[in-house]
Amino acid sequence: MTTLNWTFAIIQAMIYIVCAPLLVGWVRKLRAYLQNRRGAPLLQPYRDLRKWFIKETRVAHTASPIFTIAPVIVFMTTWLAASTIPLLTLNTPTTALADLIVLVGLLALGRFFLALAGMDIGTAFGGMGASREMLIAALAEPAMLIAVFTLAMSAHSTNLTQIIDYQLGSGFVLRPSYLFALSALGLVAMAEAGRIPVDNPTTHLELTMVHEAMLLEYSGRHLALMEWAAHIKLMLYGVLIANIFFPWGITTTLEQWSTLPIAILAVVLKLMLLALIMVIAETVLAKMRLFRVPGFLNLALLLALLGLLSHVMLEVGV
Amino acid sequence: MRWRRTIRTIALPLFTLAGVAAVTSGFMVLIHPDSFSLILPFGLPWHNWHIRLDALAGLFLIIVGILSIAAGIHGRSYVHSLERGAESVVALGGFSALFLMGMLLVILADDALLFMIAWELMSLASYFLVAFQHEYAANRRAAFLYLLMAHIGGLLILISFGVLAAFADSQFTFTALRTAELSPLWASIAFTLALIGFGMKAGLVPLHAWLPEAHPVAPSHISALMSGAMLKVAVYGFVRSVFDLNGELQWQWGVVVLFIGSISALMGVLYALMQHDLKRLLAYHSVENLGIIFIGLGLSLLFLATGHYGLGTLALLAALYHSINHALFKGLLFLGAGAILHSTHERDLEQMGGLLRRMPWTGLWFLIGCLSISALPPFNGFISEWLTFQAALSAWQLESGVLRSVIPIAAAVLALTGALAAACFVKVYAVAFLGQARSRHVRRARPAPKGMRVAQGLLAILCIVLGVLPGPTLALLNQISAQLLGHGLPATSINNWLWLIPISNTTASYSAPLLVFALTLTIAALLWLLQRRFIRVRQRRCDAWDCGFIPPNAQMQYSATGFAQPIRRVFGGLFMIEESLNTRSSDGSWRYQLRVGDRAWGLFYLPLVHAVEAAARRVVRLQSGNVRVYLGWTLATLLLLLWLVS
Repeated sequence: MTTLNWTFAIIQAMIYIVCAPLLVGWVRKLRAYLQNRRGAPLLQPYRDLRKWFIKETRVAHTASPIFTIAPVIVFMTTWLAASTIPLLTLNTPTTALADLIVLVGLLALGRFFLALAGMDIGTAFGGMGASREMLIAALAEPAMLIAVFTLAMSAHSTNLTQIIDYQLGSGFVLRPSYLFALSALGLVAMAEAGRIPVDNPTTHLELTMVHEAMLLEYSGRHLALMEWAAHIKLMLYGVLIANIFFPWGITTTLEQWSTLPIAILAVVLKLMLLALIMVIAETVLAKMRLFRVPGFLNLALLLALLGLLSHVMLEVGV
Repeated sequence: MRWRRTIRTIALPLFTLAGVAAVTSGFMVLIHPDSFSLILPFGLPWHNWHIRLDALAGLFLIIVGILSIAAGIHGRSYVHSLERGAESVVALGGFSALFLMGMLLVILADDALLFMIAWELMSLASYFLVAFQHEYAANRRAAFLYLLMAHIGGLLILISFGVLAAFADSQFTFTALRTAELSPLWASIAFTLALIGFGMKAGLVPLHAWLPEAHPVAPSHISALMSGAMLKVAVYGFVRSVFDLNGELQWQWGVVVLFIGSISALMGVLYALMQHDLKRLLAYHSVENLGIIFIGLGLSLLFLATGHYGLGTLALLAALYHSINHALFKGLLFLGAGAILHSTHERDLEQMGGLLRRMPWTGLWFLIGCLSISALPPFNGFISEWLTFQAALSAWQLESGVLRSVIPIAAAVLALTGALAAACFVKVYAVAFLGQARSRHVRRARPAPKGMRVAQGLLAILCIVLGVLPGPTLALLNQISAQLLGHGLPATSINNWLWLIPISNTTASYSAPLLVFALTLTIAALLWLLQRRFIRVRQRRCDAWDCGFIPPNAQMQYSATGFAQPIRRVFGGLFMIEESLNTRSSDGSWRYQLRVGDRAWGLFYLPLVHAVEAAARRVVRLQSGNVRVYLGWTLATLLLLLWLVS
């Protein structure tokens, strides 16, 4: 039983690595349609990754070992964080290994090295990206944690399996705290995954220099790992929101193999739908000035706090 | 010259040995839960000194001991570098020893009088260490401020003990104080005095302003001892006098401590972000971390006073865990700052850069310290924050709706603090160790001496061990709560080295060993894969690209001030910012000047100073210069006192 569980947990984690570029391809395709373009093929992200992996890797003279090890650490922490989120089935051993707070911590660990790598060469652009990234993270992380706390206090647990189980068990109940937490997490996900209106993943012009500015000096396989990690991160936030707030369809135990296709179908549909919502938001909104971003994130923080307070006042003891 | 060698070959190894003895005895009482007490055959005529070693004291003995081992090893290299200097090494050695003795005696004391004497010894000895480089006026000023604050704090602690003793038949032994029956009002007065007194020493906002002045100017291994160990002695004093001596706990105290802790944590890290003097920055981080410890203590008070003993225990253990962690990583970082200072004679981040290539070992250990203090998994700082979060998230069990909503807000502040600390240490590490050197003397830095590297390595390895094995550590800490509160954590959570389960299986679990295993395995596998699979694809060194502009030079790098600029702007209202753009008359070039001041000065210290000055102006009327008038005053006072006594 445990062997089966562990095997499945590893398979599930592999799905993140394999499918994350596909999700990004889908997002780009949708965006192209909304902008009246035909867009690159769905599998273009895979081709990009392959291209980077076989190209020559260049490292600046001034680079320290941090620069070459950072892509590996960023990739692995993002992937490990993703592997703790139930994708198709609950009760995988990885959800017990690390709870939601550890997940936030793992992402922060990756970000720490990403920012260090941005500063490592000593170029002005890298420093700019690192400085902005840490500002955004410093404001987004508390909002995310408070949204997480709201869920954790409802389910009396920070374990993701328990949280999702609680949501499944309580059925279609409209809870104000969950609505607030959902909107807060949505805003945080836009900021953390580097999407419009906070950052623009398609350019590295000076105005949008956050995530891409830190990667400016990377090339070849290092760049491939960094980009792949960014893809996984986008999928991570998607699955997190989809499975916490709309968990219906997920398999609760591995004994019932028959429900697995439904689970796969459900997750694919949920992610496609979420991507559509995100792309519409991205198309409608414009990129913000950097100093408007704190306002955006304070909104997320406020929503998360409102969620927490409404939970504490309205829902406890009822 | 002869003295210097004696200090180096005898005094400092003895210092290390004292640390070893403290650690050993601390572990002894933690492993075999027992307490040893002793009545010393000397002391005051009517009152012999009492000494007692229990589990709580044992933990703090370990903290002080580990840091003095590291400081002793580091200090040897430091003193070696002073051989040609003008500083008095004898003063350094002597006062360091007295300082250590003071700290150990505070922890061991079992009566209020010995406690206060040891406390004063600790404060006075450290005053002389702060004033060690007294040829700079700024250092003398910092030392005087420190002495003043230490004494006001000491006075308040003494009065707090006095209040307790008044209800215990004027007995000053802790055994008697424990049995004192206080009315809630007097208990609150004693608590408030203790909070202000110990909080002043611990550097809680708004009483913190002396700390970033005093801690950085001492020699670095003393800074490590002061920030890592002495602040923990203040925590020890607070825990001892509130949790142990002060009888019935009241939940209002918890709210107050939680509030002060949250403010300290947030303000500490924000002010730290604004600093570019490495040691001053680290000192502000001490304010932050003591705030986190007091958040844990406040939660514990709240839960214990409302009858949730399990959660109260958890929060207390989280606070104690963070006390060890802070001692380890702050000691590590201060010793790192000392090593940098030794090699480059530089404390200003804006002059550093590229030190990782010059001092690889210092850089590696410093990185571990940065990751630990930023509360990142799998290092030790994360464990204590995780435990604090777990305690805070159980606030739904409380009956009062107000408390239920106050606690999560404190947790939110803790989350913000952690994220800002990460930003701050990205700044520190990237500006000091990465990039290119910003000045000539930093470019020529040499690796730190072996002693400095060993001392740092010891603390860094302990940081990792405490991060990977939280289960056994909690099992040891559990003895403290069992002795102090009569409650421990559930058995499932302590006899478990693999899993950390503080409340129950379904509430939360974290397995640091498995996480580290997974991380190292996958990272190693990926590195191997990259080496093997793509072995034919070359990795070539070249110039930095930088979007094809002119090749970047050291002056074009982001500076520490520039890095923190967005945060300064977002939180601008909390700082006193003086910005100006002046032309220099000689060559007409523009100079940008920035000063970020601490609001505590304007809000708290300066009004106090003005009040004291105004009072002094009133009193000065007594000073007529006439001896007969003075004699008259003396007689009047004497008569008044006689009347009061009779």
